[in-house]
Amino acid sequence: MSKTAQPGLVWKRKTGITGDRYAIIWVSYILLALGLIFMVFPFLWMIATSLKSPQEIYSLSLIPSAPAWENYATLFSGTAFGRWIVNSFIVAVLTTISVCFFDTVIGYVLAKFNFHGKKIIYLLILSTLMVPTEMLIIPWFLYAVNFGWVDTYWGVMFPGVISAFGIFLMKQFMESVPSDLLDAARIDGMGEWGILVRIVVPLVRSAVATLCILSFLGNWNAFIWPLIVTQTEEMFTIPVGMAFFSSEARDSSNWVQIMTGATVSVLPLIIVFLLFQKQIVRGIATTGMK
Amino acid sequence: MKKRSFYTLWATLLLGTVMLAGCAGANGGNKTDSSGPAKTSSYEKSNTTVSAEQPKEVTIEYWQYEFPAKVELINELIKQFEQEHPHITVKQTNFPYDQYNQKVATLVPAGKGPDVINLYYGWLPKYVSSGYLQPLPESEFPAADIEEHFFPFVETAKLGGKYYALPTGVRTLGLYYNKDLFTKAGLDPAKPPTTWEELVEYAKQLTERDSKGQFVIEGFAWEPGSQLHHWFRDGLLYQAGGQDTSEDRKRILWNESPAGLEAFKYLIDFAKEHKVGINGFYTDDANAFKTGHAAINVDGSYRLGSLRKDAPDLNYAIAPLPAYKNKSTQASFWANAIPSTVKDEKLAAATEFLKFLTSKGVQEQWVERIGELPAQKEVALQDKYVNDEFLGAFIAQLPDGRAHFFIDETQERTLFIEAVDQVLLTNVPIDKAFAELVAKTQKLYDDYWSKQGN
Amino acid sequence: MEQVEVAAPSRKLTLPLWRLGLRKKRYLFIYSCLLIPLIFFIIVRVLPILYSFHVSFRQWDLLSQTKPFVGLSNYAAIFQDEVFVRTIRNTLIYVVAGVPGQLAVGLAIALLLQRIVRFRGFFRTVYFIPHITSVVAVSWVFRWILMKNGVANGVLLELGLPAQPFLYSPSQAVYWIIIAVIWQNIGFQMLVFLAGLENIPRLYYDAASIDGAGRWRKFIHITLPLLNPVLLFSIVIASIGFLQTFTQVLNMTAGGPLNSTNSIVLYIYNRAFKSFEMGQASAATVVLFLLILTLTILQLKVLNRKVEH
Repeated sequence: MSKTAQPGLVWKRKTGITGDRYAIIWVSYILLALGLIFMVFPFLWMIATSLKSPQEIYSLSLIPSAPAWENYATLFSGTAFGRWIVNSFIVAVLTTISVCFFDTVIGYVLAKFNFHGKKIIYLLILSTLMVPTEMLIIPWFLYAVNFGWVDTYWGVMFPGVISAFGIFLMKQFMESVPSDLLDAARIDGMGEWGILVRIVVPLVRSAVATLCILSFLGNWNAFIWPLIVTQTEEMFTIPVGMAFFSSEARDSSNWVQIMTGATVSVLPLIIVFLLFQKQIVRGIATTGMK
Repeated sequence: MKKRSFYTLWATLLLGTVMLAGCAGANGGNKTDSSGPAKTSSYEKSNTTVSAEQPKEVTIEYWQYEFPAKVELINELIKQFEQEHPHITVKQTNFPYDQYNQKVATLVPAGKGPDVINLYYGWLPKYVSSGYLQPLPESEFPAADIEEHFFPFVETAKLGGKYYALPTGVRTLGLYYNKDLFTKAGLDPAKPPTTWEELVEYAKQLTERDSKGQFVIEGFAWEPGSQLHHWFRDGLLYQAGGQDTSEDRKRILWNESPAGLEAFKYLIDFAKEHKVGINGFYTDDANAFKTGHAAINVDGSYRLGSLRKDAPDLNYAIAPLPAYKNKSTQASFWANAIPSTVKDEKLAAATEFLKFLTSKGVQEQWVERIGELPAQKEVALQDKYVNDEFLGAFIAQLPDGRAHFFIDETQERTLFIEAVDQVLLTNVPIDKAFAELVAKTQKLYDDYWSKQGN
Repeated sequence: MEQVEVAAPSRKLTLPLWRLGLRKKRYLFIYSCLLIPLIFFIIVRVLPILYSFHVSFRQWDLLSQTKPFVGLSNYAAIFQDEVFVRTIRNTLIYVVAGVPGQLAVGLAIALLLQRIVRFRGFFRTVYFIPHITSVVAVSWVFRWILMKNGVANGVLLELGLPAQPFLYSPSQAVYWIIIAVIWQNIGFQMLVFLAGLENIPRLYYDAASIDGAGRWRKFIHITLPLLNPVLLFSIVIASIGFLQTFTQVLNMTAGGPLNSTNSIVLYIYNRAFKSFEMGQASAATVVLFLLILTLTILQLKVLNRKVEH
């Protein structure tokens, strides 16, 4: 930026780049816009279908002739959908807080320290990602029954309060934090905890924000474990409640219902994401490295 | 200083976690362990009032899959039952259909379970061989009585000489046809096809394609993943003079006579030779029919409810399945069973509830509200049901109904779909695909029975 | 490798050696940070996994009380099952086609987003939206679009092209599932790469520009090497993800047609919860675990070495 102080000198060089750069920016916009169609279409199609009448759902038009808002009314009446949204929120928010805290700390320790057993601990944590959840639900349910966690928020949350995925993510990002910076802080007499909070976290802010979002989404959409551990309708999360819609006789009305439910389950998330969007932007903007 | 704040944070978090677990635990205790305190109190009572005559208070749990009409009716039935049996409380729990087995299976190792469970009849062999179910008490449900009053195919629930489950309602397959499409194609809607040949002829006439060769209307809805597997095993196979399994259910007999291959070829030719229908058209057969894009469909009586709800204007009728050498249709049912862990007063209560669920009065409510046919002959064959516009064809076929044995519902259906796909997608000759299907299915049976021997 | 291991600690531990008390403090910090997470992982993850391994040597019908020891016969059974062998093959297809696809598209979008200023937030939000939706819902939407007379075929026919079988074709279906997976993961991948790219100091690029380096050279010599930790993370996570492809398969094709899309996890799921053969399901889980473990260690070794260069 400061270079613009000498307009005459920079001008020549800049024009040389500008033409080239303009082309590249334009190509970027065109490519991104093309990709956008591909990304958005299934989403729009889902919303369009959710607003169609059963007679109309097979038509290829993107805009329903008469939006069937009653599809949404049917979804909310007769089900505890509002309650499920609240449940999903509670579970996702609490788990996300826990995950972000623990995973940041562990990721930092694994990335920036050397100690005995580090490799083994690291591999042990990673290896927990290698077995599908489906095979773990029976032991988890045994825990839940023995400790009385069945049909409780804690029961839904406990397997996910620390995430190996998040540890791995944070570790990889923290590896790019220069060790010199930390050593300098140590020389200044800063404690380990202070270094983490005041130096490391601000540097990897965008990564922490990413982890928050991913963790929230993962828990919001989690299905199989909440299905097993919840028993009463009041404790269902959205995906669990939705599963009750599919029945032995799959019907065309079900397409509408599935798409309606999918749309509804996504809307609160879009709101959350838009909120966090600002957070990320700010996080990146204040990154000291730029 | 900094370290202390670090530990404080840890401690707060830990405390929070413990508290959360604590609250949650307290909550959960109240909700899920309701049987716990009840059990101890009844146990104490039995200690103190040993010689008391009055029946003890019992709570039993009933599990079935989520199907709104059934859930609703069961709740009403429970009220009726509790009035007749004031000392028994019944609690209904439902699971989504797709995850029903998974949920049940996960809860079992933890010792959670119902006192009466509703199961698809095809799952019974697995549940029985694992020792999960106990035979119905012979004193209350004598085999001879069952065989006298219920339709013969209910015998599929008899394993190792004992009945393990009884249905309230049963279903048969029938031929749904769209009357408007019949008229449009110049066919008489009052005369549905009655033979194999007629079905093919009709289907050809009803099929409509656009200029690009794509189906507009399927003459015959053809979906191997839906009912075709059942239609083949209990319908076509017997109609052609064949047999599904040996009497002892150990051998697959599809290949014993030419009937098996003939039936299999007949089924596949709708898609391969006559090209009157294809899988995946408008999602599946039921959808294609409901939206007026399939003229004829082989489907069960359970479809009536959703047709009434979602396609009130569809002008359709139901006929018995077309016959060939013999008449036969597939019958199936969801049946209620008692897990082997249920004992003493709970067993007595469960038995009472089961008797109530299979009684004539309940079966009448069941057919009127759910559309599933009464499982007892004298209830089903009443004039009001036989002459019913929609139920009539299904009821009329009940005496010809067969419910084939299943070792593993999912795998058997998958093998069938694979055989069909081989012919259709990879041009494997029909007889080769069929021979392979028989061999693979037989292997499933061999594995199952060899384990029974141990 | 030996050199790397020795070199790394010496670099990082030079300071603590300068005062012993500090070193002790640091160890205290490390272990107190790791204590609770380790206990958590051992109880909630490792023990259940070991339990699952233990079951693989037993014949356990999920509904029954008995679990007799049967040695390796579950392993013999699954390896004799042609369906299982097929699922291993399919799963490798998922990884080989899916991982590079996901990374390439994610990186491309992240790089494109870096070039633009206006509408950046908008594009980023929209590209992320698919990742918000639940996998089950997305699977259904794709099935709905790719149906025989769904909108995709509608468009093809409008354009005068032949209709495609999509999910009903044994040769196409597996790739459509991969596309559905990638479609949903682009947002995640993009976000990870964006965060990684933001961490690369501008200084390096400016320095390279002064040296007269072209775009491509900057990409090869600055972007990729500095992105390495993030790349490694992405590769490992994407591989683990694709090796466990399940929900999309279950909801889009249920493994068909002709097992062409059947994955190891779907096989495990069917064995365990449809056929109740928990022993065989556990044996397949062990096989999957070993497969993922080997691949992950391999990736960590090979790619970590690269970053040291």
